[in-house]
Amino acid sequence: MDDFYRDYILDHYRSPRNFGTLEQPDAAAEDVNPLCGDQIRVELKLDDGKISDVRFSGKGCAISQASTSMLLETVKGMKLTEVAQLPKDAVLENVGIGISPTRMKCAMLGLRVLKSAAIGRLADWPDEE
Amino acid sequence: MTQTLRSDAKAERIIADFPILARPTSRGKRLVYLDSAATSQKPRAVIQALVDYYEQYNANIHRGVYEIAQRATDEYEQARVKLARFIGAKTSEVIWVRNTTEAINLVAYSWGDQHITAGDAILLTELEHHSDLVPWQLLAQRTGAQLRFIPIDARGIHVLDDLDRLLDGCKLVAISHVSNTLGTIAPLETIIPRAHAAGAVVLVDGAQGAPHLPLDVKALDADFYAFSGHKMLGPTGIGCLYGKREILETMPPFLSGGDMIRKVEYTQTTFADPPRRFEAGTSNIADAIAFGVATDYLSALGMPWVREHERALTGYALERLATLGPRGLAIYGPRDPERSSGVISFNFADIHPHDLASILDTEGICVRAGHHCTMPLMEKSGWSATARASFYIYNTEADVDALCEGLEKAARVFHI
Repeated sequence: MDDFYRDYILDHYRSPRNFGTLEQPDAAAEDVNPLCGDQIRVELKLDDGKISDVRFSGKGCAISQASTSMLLETVKGMKLTEVAQLPKDAVLENVGIGISPTRMKCAMLGLRVLKSAAIGRLADWPDEE
Repeated sequence: MTQTLRSDAKAERIIADFPILARPTSRGKRLVYLDSAATSQKPRAVIQALVDYYEQYNANIHRGVYEIAQRATDEYEQARVKLARFIGAKTSEVIWVRNTTEAINLVAYSWGDQHITAGDAILLTELEHHSDLVPWQLLAQRTGAQLRFIPIDARGIHVLDDLDRLLDGCKLVAISHVSNTLGTIAPLETIIPRAHAAGAVVLVDGAQGAPHLPLDVKALDADFYAFSGHKMLGPTGIGCLYGKREILETMPPFLSGGDMIRKVEYTQTTFADPPRRFEAGTSNIADAIAFGVATDYLSALGMPWVREHERALTGYALERLATLGPRGLAIYGPRDPERSSGVISFNFADIHPHDLASILDTEGICVRAGHHCTMPLMEKSGWSATARASFYIYNTEADVDALCEGLEKAARVFHI
């Protein structure tokens, strides 16, 4: 597990990309990880059914914050229908190996909230689908 | 310091009684268990008591006339005698429940629904565990009562300046003996007499008190005292509610069904006397018996020794952790071993406590991270989460040293 905390993870934790809020977002969702209280809110700006801009806010551990930061770097230009289909690997490919089962929810929180914003209701946990 | 070393030698002998502490982790590390505030480890004698019941005399209690049923009944009722002695109560004042939460719910529904009405006040503190908060919120919603809170200051200490005003019109005071988040020992010797003088009944949430402090519920003069077996060397699924006999006698049942009755007709029932009035259905027999064995173990050590060992160890840990202060280690709570039981809540620089706990886990060190079931206290204090190390009889200075080495490793991983 200590292998997980590579430099680029810590960089995304301490300097998250797309962090903040949007004026008049077209879609938004938020959730907490009930196990640890991590919070993530994702806001989307849409253009013709595609994501034109994205921001997230919240607080939590390096895994939840860095996973969300890295995930959102990949979603601009993506259709909402594509976002709704994103698998857990969309996160795991970014953060690499080393997530222990007890921390999987931390890694999946950002993806769950992003998918919730895309479908307009709370999405299932991506690791439980 | 001499005391610490002496008690450490005894703790080394105690460690040999706990099979789990001899098992290395999957990474081959020594298990450094610093999460006894969540649940304690179990000595061999307690585990053996469970096995003995199931292997030698597994039978339902009460009413069975055959030999093993009689033995099961005897051992189960003997455990109640042990628990009563352990806390200084009469045997008939000890009710078996699943855990502290169930004990508090029993009081909230049985005593609470009977006595609390609209406009009454229920006084809690700002540091209560959810188990001593949510049942009272529900009672207040059912009855129209008002919840009040004894303030907690920045060091985790109870502020009693406004106590008389808070007690005015108050029917019930429910207060943790020891804070599971900060370790603060509540000034019960001040609060209970003043609550009684104001006409209030007092329930003490003893989940973190009974395992760690010498206890005499009669001297304390608590009306109810609730605690769990699994935090004091016993199994999960068994706990106790102590209630003063004269109060228990006036209370209606909480759960109903078999075992709690005197006479049942098709349309009405008369109920058994306490404690069995509150013990519907087949009890947690093996766990109750093993809980009794756990109190034997603690009594043999002596609860004053338990308190002194944890006081000394907490003092040592505070000294060691203070050396990490310049690098961003912040300790919450009283930071005074005289005012706290063996619980230390902390954060380390910008490392989130969950990440800290994960890194410590790689070294075999078990600490808890999160809100510790005290979300309102965390919110009020401005902490989103903390890491928590908690001590018990089997912990030594070597465990504190391991924690500090683990924190050094976390600092390296996070480039602090």
